[in-house]
Amino acid sequence: MKRWLPLIIFVALAGFFYVGLHLNPREVPSPFIGKPAPAFTLPVVGQAGVTFAPEQNKGKVWLFNVWAPWCVACRQEHDALMQLSQAGVPIYGLNWKDKDREAAALLAREGSPYVVTADDLDGRVGIDYGVTGTPETFVIDKQGIIRMKHIGPIDADAWQNKFLPLLKELNK
Amino acid sequence: MKRLFLILLASLAMPVWAAEAVPVGDDPAIEARMVKLASDLRCLVCQNESLAGSHAELAEDLRREIRELMHQGKTDQQVITYLTDRYGDFVLYRPPFRSYTVLLWLGPALFLAIGGVAWYLTLRRRRAIQAASQVSPEALKQAADLLDEKQD
Repeated sequence: MKRWLPLIIFVALAGFFYVGLHLNPREVPSPFIGKPAPAFTLPVVGQAGVTFAPEQNKGKVWLFNVWAPWCVACRQEHDALMQLSQAGVPIYGLNWKDKDREAAALLAREGSPYVVTADDLDGRVGIDYGVTGTPETFVIDKQGIIRMKHIGPIDADAWQNKFLPLLKELNK
Repeated sequence: MKRLFLILLASLAMPVWAAEAVPVGDDPAIEARMVKLASDLRCLVCQNESLAGSHAELAEDLRREIRELMHQGKTDQQVITYLTDRYGDFVLYRPPFRSYTVLLWLGPALFLAIGGVAWYLTLRRRRAIQAASQVSPEALKQAADLLDEKQD
């Protein structure tokens, strides 16, 4: 036993390091899970005089996708979001810190996966949702509670394994 | 002459007029407080930089929020609560003592205790070996005599 002790310690440490190699430091646990989505009222991109507030979505399960025209990863995500929206998933956008005011033209050109996109010019609503970088997607349930936060683009794997099971459960 | 006097008079009043609309960030006291507080907070974008030292856009926005909260008369603790409500304890460079940070805070003491126990056990064992191998002075003398006749 005593002879094997250094080997056991080494294997345990190597195990920790191996797991640590595969952790993503960007996956900061969100303090919002299980809490009500912060309230706000913002103008809607491309529709003068129209505003969006999360409480308008009470009673439905929806995705809240934080994006920006200057964000490259959001472009990668765009096709996936278009498919989801065509499949009937309600996606609402938050146009985060779009200083060059490009969102409306971009959505008109590339197509919009969003029911509406709220326009968060100074980034305050983003801060209220603990956004650190785009894209981030929240799943909000019928009671307006945040159930999940996904950091980074939604890919097929994330959709199949993270979103779909949760949405099925919430839509029951 | 009268005109010059008027201009002088007007320039005298200028600092008063300038002080009326202090733009956020120009109050040295608030700025010092903000920098001091933000040095202990993590920038969420460049995670190894403090919020005070980061040039990331989000860090600038958060510094702006901190300044505004301080202008509103919020205490440092209230500002920290504002940030941890949004970004979690991760934003703090000094993690709070929680159930999931017990190992982090008590780990060093735990390892010191393990080391102490190992040290004590080793010493005790060594003493036991020494005691067991205790040889009487007569036996030692006899051995020395046998090995070397010249030794006293």
